[in-house]
Amino acid sequence: MAESPHLLHRLYEIQQKHRYIPDESIGEVADQFGLPISQVRAVVDFYAFFYTSPRGDYHILFSNCTSCGYQARGVDLLQLLSQQLGVSVNQTRADGRVSVHETSCIGLCDHGASLLINGIPLVRLDPAGIWQMVGLIESGKPLTEWPQAWFHIDNTLHKRGLLLETDLSPGEGLQALLARGWEEILAEIVQSKLRGRGGAGFNTGLKWRLCKEAVAEARYVVCNADEGEPGTFKDRMLLQQYADTLFEGMTICAHIIGAREGYVYLRGEYRYLLPHLQTILARRRQTSLLGKSILAKTGFDFDIEIVVGAGAYICGEESALIESLEGKPGIPRSRPPFPVTQGYLGQPTVVNNVETFIAAAHIAYKGGAWFSSVGTVESAGSKLLSISGDCAAPGIYEYPFGVTLQQILQDCGADNVQAVQVGGPSGILIDQSAFHRRIGFEDVSTGGSLMVFSDQRDVLDIIYQFAAFFAHESCGFCTPCRVGTTLLKQNLYKIVTNQGTRYDMAELQHTSELVRRYSHCGLGHTAANPILDGLQSFPQFFERRLIQRDFSPHFNLDAALEEARRMTQRDDVDAHLEQDIE
Amino acid sequence: MVTEPEASLITIDNQKIPFKHGQTIMDAALAAGIYIPHLCHFPGITPHGNCKHCTVEVNGKPVTACTTLATTGQKIRNDTVELNEARKSLTQMLFIEGNHICPSCEKTGNCPLQAMAYHLGMLEGHYPQQHPVREVDASHPTIMLDRDRCILCSLCVRASREVDGKNVFAIAGRGIDARLIVNTPSGKLIDSDIEVGDLAAKICPVGAILIKERGYDVPIGQRIFDQHRISEIGLENEIVKRAPSDDP
Ligand code: SF4
Ligand code: FES
Repeated sequence: MAESPHLLHRLYEIQQKHRYIPDESIGEVADQFGLPISQVRAVVDFYAFFYTSPRGDYHILFSNCTSCGYQARGVDLLQLLSQQLGVSVNQTRADGRVSVHETSCIGLCDHGASLLINGIPLVRLDPAGIWQMVGLIESGKPLTEWPQAWFHIDNTLHKRGLLLETDLSPGEGLQALLARGWEEILAEIVQSKLRGRGGAGFNTGLKWRLCKEAVAEARYVVCNADEGEPGTFKDRMLLQQYADTLFEGMTICAHIIGAREGYVYLRGEYRYLLPHLQTILARRRQTSLLGKSILAKTGFDFDIEIVVGAGAYICGEESALIESLEGKPGIPRSRPPFPVTQGYLGQPTVVNNVETFIAAAHIAYKGGAWFSSVGTVESAGSKLLSISGDCAAPGIYEYPFGVTLQQILQDCGADNVQAVQVGGPSGILIDQSAFHRRIGFEDVSTGGSLMVFSDQRDVLDIIYQFAAFFAHESCGFCTPCRVGTTLLKQNLYKIVTNQGTRYDMAELQHTSELVRRYSHCGLGHTAANPILDGLQSFPQFFERRLIQRDFSPHFNLDAALEEARRMTQRDDVDAHLEQDIE
Repeated sequence: MVTEPEASLITIDNQKIPFKHGQTIMDAALAAGIYIPHLCHFPGITPHGNCKHCTVEVNGKPVTACTTLATTGQKIRNDTVELNEARKSLTQMLFIEGNHICPSCEKTGNCPLQAMAYHLGMLEGHYPQQHPVREVDASHPTIMLDRDRCILCSLCVRASREVDGKNVFAIAGRGIDARLIVNTPSGKLIDSDIEVGDLAAKICPVGAILIKERGYDVPIGQRIFDQHRISEIGLENEIVKRAPSDDP
């Protein structure tokens, strides 16, 4: 099925054809969509997966995530790959054969070092695999002739709980809805105490009610499938195996709030899931679970469109996601007004994530009491966790809320654990002394990412990677986040490379607090979390890399003279400054 | 019109001030003669909330005064040591992020960014200079765009759309690579319909958009911030009023 005529899709199509987006096309697209050329240009500029110069026949995006990234057991696979191919990272080889880029987490953290090649995931890489890949690329073999095991993704579901242990057949939730009426089903959802599974935990029933009550011409249902938090991959599994239940949840929501159109905003990294999702949508249309007069109920008209993003973590923020749906750069709006009263196209919009809609579909069928019988007082139900990092059994686990970290670590076979990062880089870094803490909105809240770090890891390296992630993903709208995340990355780099002093540690603390307190949106509010947690729980990792001085400049005086040396063609001793290192 | 007396008051630093329904904290403060530091806000133009200088604390929570509606009974802290220190850091970030050349900039003395730095007691850039490489657009016969000095406040973007009825500028890019672009196929100012009299050509709070050949019409010493502090209310309009509005 053809993709909907969305700006992001049109740009993707052009890029598929030319391997980049030529400047002429920008004007053409602007005309086609009746948009200012500056808007189209801003969109091309904003999303990491749009390019303004040609990429290679083989275009590789190597994950730089701490769990599915190119650092594999001490070997830098990205370096190895680019060296063997004779291409610099983020560039296209002169013959146009190949381009190699790094990218933020691609949600394959349970599959070891992974990359996307022309959009298709390639997993479990090791140095031998890289060598083999280089050979295949040099000989121009099409991907269909590559070892198929490389492309095999298995969703390892280690533990099923409330949601996953029972199946919901397509239509069961909707039939319950039509039999009992929307008021009763909404009451069940309220009674279930279901809260948004994205991490913030807003009450779902309340959100739907507020949306329904808002005066409007139209209302929309939007599913946030922009699972971008490094270390999260449970939505990938849900989209592959439970898409029907997701669409069912969205359709139930649509009937309750009175929406006729719904959107799934799928992260660009998961584009390969699109054919599968389209198939399920088509089947639902055929079986009267979508479309006009759903299940023969006159006036119950609803359909779902999938919009695919193009590489921007910020689009997981609901108002940025809506901007992106509207064909704009993903810049978070000022809130209030919240999307529930003024969302997509300015109309009341429910935005929930994949797991929330799936839970809602089950609740419609099984009732609120069924759901709230599990979990804690504040956090009803269960939570899907994506567990990765240093453990024997990475994969997906569904736990009742209230489970301790200790229990989780035991279940996934993690020994000698030094720390866990719960909720991804924007979450919380927890040391051993706090493994008694519990998953739940009242204690350790998480969208679902849980990364385990053994005592073999250098925590500072991890924190640096997280800082680099945020500097890369900041949308650039507000001063503290735009400038601050880059300063934090630079500041950490200085310490990581053994040039930092006590002064730099104090600076790190100060800038972190500023970014956290003064930024515009959740990205900025959380970007400094790993640093602040690190300074508090793991100061020794910072301290042991400091040079024992109060201050050292950010730039290297001798290196600053390099250009002058080149121009004067001198490189003798006198042309160098002595660096006064102790 | 009769309103309940308590229903329309907010408190800023222990001073009670009235507000009208629909006013932001910034609007109410300015109307009452209270200065809340701001760079990306300009009275009459839709607020954006990107510079974060106007951050105040409402019941302990930081919010931007320019985008937050005043509501009855808000207790607002504005002129505090902590907030002003943060504002100073934000100002420093704006300085080190671009390539600013105050001593030789045509805008010196009329520049709100510079005046903000004075107001907050900023003595140095503090953070490492970023030295970005940004494009200068001198294509237009009378208007100059020097992105080196742009602080991405988006005032020109909004002024062009909302007041001039054009759409000359936009912000593109992401993170530290965000940049001001011109809404023309060439990306050049000369192909746009901007004119010297446009608000967009006069509103820039730094020396990024300048009218050519008029930079020194007013001698240094007689410029606005040579004679006023930025904390005096209503200077924005003064800057715009005094800007050259005819071709050189
Ligand atoms: S050119 Fe001036 S007015 Fe426009 S965004 Fe930059 S600093 Fe603001
Ligand atoms: S003046 Fe309010 S954020 Fe800039």
